[in-house]
Amino acid sequence: MEKVNLTCIECPMGCRIEVEVENGKAVSITGNSCPRGKMYAENEVVCPMRVVTSTVRSKSGKMVPVKTDKPVKKALIFEVMKTINSLSCNTPIRIGDIICENISDGANLVASGNVD
Amino acid sequence: MMNYDIVVIGGGPAGLAAAISAYDSGAKNILILEREDKLGGILNQCIHNGFGLTRFKESLSGPEYAYRFIEEVKNRDIDVFLNTTVISLSKDKKVTAINSENGVFTVKAKAIILAMGCRERSRGALNIAGSRPAGIYSAGTAQKYVNIKGYMPGKSVVILGSGDIGLIMARRMTLEGAKVHAVCEIMPYSSGLKRNIVQCLDDFGIPLYLNHTITKIEGKERVTAVEISEVDEKRKPIKGTEMRFECDTVLFSVGLIPENELTKNAGISLSNRTRGAIVSQNRETDVPGIFACGNVLHVHDLVDFVSEESELAGKSAADYVINGEKEHNSVNCINGKNISYVLPQKIDTDLEENVKVFFRVSGTFKNCTFKLSCGDKVIIERKKKIAVPGEMETLLITSDKLKEIDGDLTLSLEGA
Ligand SMILES: Cc1cc2nc3c(=O)[nH]c(=O)nc-3n(C[C@H](O)[C@H](O)[C@H](O)COP(=O)(O)OP(=O)(O)OC[C@H]3O[C@@H](n4cnc5c(N)ncnc54)[C@H](O)[C@@H]3O)c2cc1C
Ligand code: SF4
Repeated sequence: MEKVNLTCIECPMGCRIEVEVENGKAVSITGNSCPRGKMYAENEVVCPMRVVTSTVRSKSGKMVPVKTDKPVKKALIFEVMKTINSLSCNTPIRIGDIICENISDGANLVASGNVD
Repeated sequence: MMNYDIVVIGGGPAGLAAAISAYDSGAKNILILEREDKLGGILNQCIHNGFGLTRFKESLSGPEYAYRFIEEVKNRDIDVFLNTTVISLSKDKKVTAINSENGVFTVKAKAIILAMGCRERSRGALNIAGSRPAGIYSAGTAQKYVNIKGYMPGKSVVILGSGDIGLIMARRMTLEGAKVHAVCEIMPYSSGLKRNIVQCLDDFGIPLYLNHTITKIEGKERVTAVEISEVDEKRKPIKGTEMRFECDTVLFSVGLIPENELTKNAGISLSNRTRGAIVSQNRETDVPGIFACGNVLHVHDLVDFVSEESELAGKSAADYVINGEKEHNSVNCINGKNISYVLPQKIDTDLEENVKVFFRVSGTFKNCTFKLSCGDKVIIERKKKIAVPGEMETLLITSDKLKEIDGDLTLSLEGA
């Protein structure tokens, strides 16, 4: 059995969570203040996931803020960034408009800001 | 001269929430003045997520968070002047502003809400030896370059200061292909949120050197390297601890200061603790009818708190316009041991409502107790496992506790 110390990043509280891991799975989780923290810890010891936020240069030259609509594998962040930087889009664009479907593991890349 | 019931200076999250709340509280003739060409303030360049967790139970980007409030403003009959800079403000609530359409003009208001936000502490305050080569930016400026203009200020970076903006930019520059060698922080703790240390530095293996500062910047035309050194308890560099990093860019993130030129202009008293106006619990300054909220009042780390505070200011301003000036029956609320500031600095004790006190601690403390006392009488005590300066704390004084108060209050942190 292995002990892992984590800081939960799900909210600004930043709870310190201790996880006991057996065969690559969390068997005991302590220190979290809410269920979101438990879920974070469970995932974090198996396969860390992150939402990626960045920008895409639109055809008009204006930068469009973008994010993945679900967390993607942390290990694939740079791959996702490479795709993001190869994309372009039209403006005007609205929050939630899909810029790239299934950029990684079923997550879409969507606009996270309005650009006229 | 134009006339409005309420003029809001600044259209960031603070100004937006204040205007909406003032409108919903019954004031109808409201104007927002904003310097930039769109509403939303600093949130427009904060494309990372993590906004709105408290308020919307969702992790939003800065523009997404701002959008929710901008829509609410549009749904109401609130006037907005963009590209309009307020240049002066007087005690009798005359606002002088300038834009290309009207030139210089004056607006007379019954009440004013200050929501100008804050600015970054400048490099001048850093006092680093060496010439002034290109490649030195504040983290916020770099953020604007990358996120709004789409231009990378450099490829090889050292960051001075571990405030949230510095941490966010360490990740942002890394994602865009730059090498961030180090973040160095002169204090023994980071002033940023723990979650940002994890997801912006640890995730990318960027080292954070606490008790370190930049002691030399090399390069004539452009930065070519920096030297960082460990500091002693007096924050003086220790000889022999130097480390050198070749780099082309230095970002500094050494704190934010409320933007209070206009406030001073109007003769409003400022606190040397928060660097913002001294206010009562309703966010009224010592000039009746002038209110303040958001980062112009004290630097917030969470926009959710900015919105909450601004709604209170908006409601108070509407109350002032509708019901007239109220007499304050207040006591002072003072920062005691281990507390760097307390807000509000004045609390009315004859209220039938709860009062939330916001404060910051002056160091890192474990298993401590927050104590709010009135002379020898302890009004509220609350235990806290860990308290750090980077995170704003709150304490709620319920209306029945208010009745126990018969003199000035002191908030302190004990048992450290
Ligand atoms: C880089 C960065 C990252 C952050 N990250 C997070 C985060 O992850 N999560 C979170 O919850 N919070 C975060 N925050 C905090 C949050 O964004 C701020 O607390 C919030 O934006 C403050 O709102 P404000 O309206 O007081 O100020 P601002 O957003 O600065 O708005 C002030 C407005 O006033 C205008 N103005 C100023 N002077 C004048 C004048 N004279 N005339 C006319 N207009 C004027 C300005 O143009 C601006 O639009 C972050 C802040 C920064 C800077
Ligand atoms: S465990 Fe819950 S309260 Fe603690 S940081 Fe995570 S999400 Fe926030």
